[in-house]
Amino acid sequence: MTSTQGLAERPVRPSEPVMSLRGITKRFGAVQALSGVDFDINAGEVVALVGDNGAGKSTFVKILSGVYTPDEGTITYDGERVTIPSPAAAQELGISSVFQDLALADNLDVVANLFLGREIGRFALDEEEMERRSWELLGQLSARIPSVRIPIASLSGGQRQTVAIARSLIGDPKVVILDEPTAALGVAQTAEVLNLVERLRERGLGVVLISHNLADVQAVADRVAVLRLGRNNGTFRMKDVTYEQIIAAITGATDNAVTRRASSRGAKEQSDGK
Amino acid sequence: MTTSAPGRNGSRPAMFANGFNLGRLLLQGRAFFALIAIIVVFSILSPNYFTIANLLTMSSHVAVYAILSIGMLLVILNGGIDLSVGSTLGISGMVAGFLMQGVHLKLLGISLYPAVWVVVIVSCAVGALIGLVNGVLVARFKVAPFVATLGMLYVVRGLALLMTNGLTYNDLGGKPELGNTGFDWLGFNRILDIPVGVLVMVVVAIVVSVVLNRTAFGRWLYASGGNERAAELSGVPVRRVKIWVYVVSGLCAAIAGLILSSELTSAGPTAGNSYELTAIAAVVIGGAALTGGRGTVRGTLLGAFVIGFLSDGLVIIGVSAYWQTVFTGAVIVLAVLLNAVQYRGRRKAAATGGGPQTPSREGTPAAAGPVPEKTAA
Repeated sequence: MTSTQGLAERPVRPSEPVMSLRGITKRFGAVQALSGVDFDINAGEVVALVGDNGAGKSTFVKILSGVYTPDEGTITYDGERVTIPSPAAAQELGISSVFQDLALADNLDVVANLFLGREIGRFALDEEEMERRSWELLGQLSARIPSVRIPIASLSGGQRQTVAIARSLIGDPKVVILDEPTAALGVAQTAEVLNLVERLRERGLGVVLISHNLADVQAVADRVAVLRLGRNNGTFRMKDVTYEQIIAAITGATDNAVTRRASSRGAKEQSDGK
Repeated sequence: MTTSAPGRNGSRPAMFANGFNLGRLLLQGRAFFALIAIIVVFSILSPNYFTIANLLTMSSHVAVYAILSIGMLLVILNGGIDLSVGSTLGISGMVAGFLMQGVHLKLLGISLYPAVWVVVIVSCAVGALIGLVNGVLVARFKVAPFVATLGMLYVVRGLALLMTNGLTYNDLGGKPELGNTGFDWLGFNRILDIPVGVLVMVVVAIVVSVVLNRTAFGRWLYASGGNERAAELSGVPVRRVKIWVYVVSGLCAAIAGLILSSELTSAGPTAGNSYELTAIAAVVIGGAALTGGRGTVRGTLLGAFVIGFLSDGLVIIGVSAYWQTVFTGAVIVLAVLLNAVQYRGRRKAAATGGGPQTPSREGTPAAAGPVPEKTAA
């Protein structure tokens, strides 16, 4: 059985990306949504994907999760060239997505939602085992759920997001894609979800965080990749970059690597000078 | 156990749950209490009502509706509706009647008289086939369930009428020399003094109940009724589930048709007219939501008994048939009203129950073990 414990034991290899995309291009008729995008996901790292509306974020995420297939470009997963023709194929590879609209069944309880589509015991559900594993998983995530036997409808937004994220771990994935996990959450609940994201990193998962909220991104991401008009517009290590630089990359105030480098140096000297 | 659950978090939901349970007991058990009330009232009004013999007779009337309703429940749980069950019930009896008269193959100059078990299987297969057509129309061709099954209501009823040009098969007894007797077993015989129809109802109810609560299929059915997109994204074969519920609904209708025609020892093409509405009413009285995802076999059975015991009781005390219709309608409206109250209450509970949960970083009592955080205060 692919128990949830296996996740924590997996060796972390930060040197080699668990998933790597090169030259990803996607057209919709005359619209060039993505052109030559490169993207790496490392194990045990949170990489944020940011960009303005229309920058190609959602198209790129859909390629990652198998909803779209790229027109050009290569995807390497775990050292092997792969294609991801469908969401099911993505899940099989170990790429799991938490969608923006959560995709939980309100009328079912937490256990039923966690194991939906992957029930243990097809013709005689093993409720005890599923409940035990649910507690184990939620415990590992330090999730605050009052009971696993209450319907999802009676949980708060943050708790629902927690269940949705926990659910994505059931299939024992290596990459988890979180699409706007903090949208529509209050401040406290956002903090809870961000804690959860950090816990995913601790387990050695490669986490892709798509967010409009740069404060969230700065709080948890190790790396931030900026998309602008369907192209890479810089990848920064979070500790080397300022809020203004990310904004500049998103809006296109810096359009090439030279100016970006110059401005980054300038910013550093300025802050050192103080 | 006494890990640091913040007082607010610990006590509030527990307190709330207690207060809610009392109201919920009354609200959730409403079909049960309604049934008790009906039995008590009619027992007072008529000395014959509360006798074993009468209760069993009424139960065998209820059985036909109940089996129909259980099939309907599955479709409603899926968020659909099956209007064709009344017609399917009718044609199932007609197919049985047709086969009991013998199949005359003019070309070969012989007549075949199939045994009763063959008749039963063929009738059930016809019902399942009608359900399959419904299911494929709804799941594959995305026809709205209401429209697809409304169409089938007319088509199937028309076919039933065409089979005999509107005449009724009166002789379903079979002949000993042809070896096809025994069709009346379903409707007339009793095992341990309980009518076979009632036993069939119990078996159907148990089987469906187990499927709903103990198998992945049941889980998938509730999930796809609650949030179809979520179910699909989770890898639930939503379409297959949808086709299956219509097939089972058709099958249940065919079984009900066999029991009814066996009880009447005749099969008429108009049998089961408007029964689909009674079945829907029973499901609704049983607390199921027409939007899908909510409902139980137990509730549906209670709903069928409420309708059956009410209408039979009104007959026993001699109330006019027109008033019976009025009473039945009033019960249905009341049931839907209470459903609305129940679901609104649940949403309110969700809003207030989830609200005060403030996350605090110290400790994680809620997730520490399979014991909810009731104990800390």
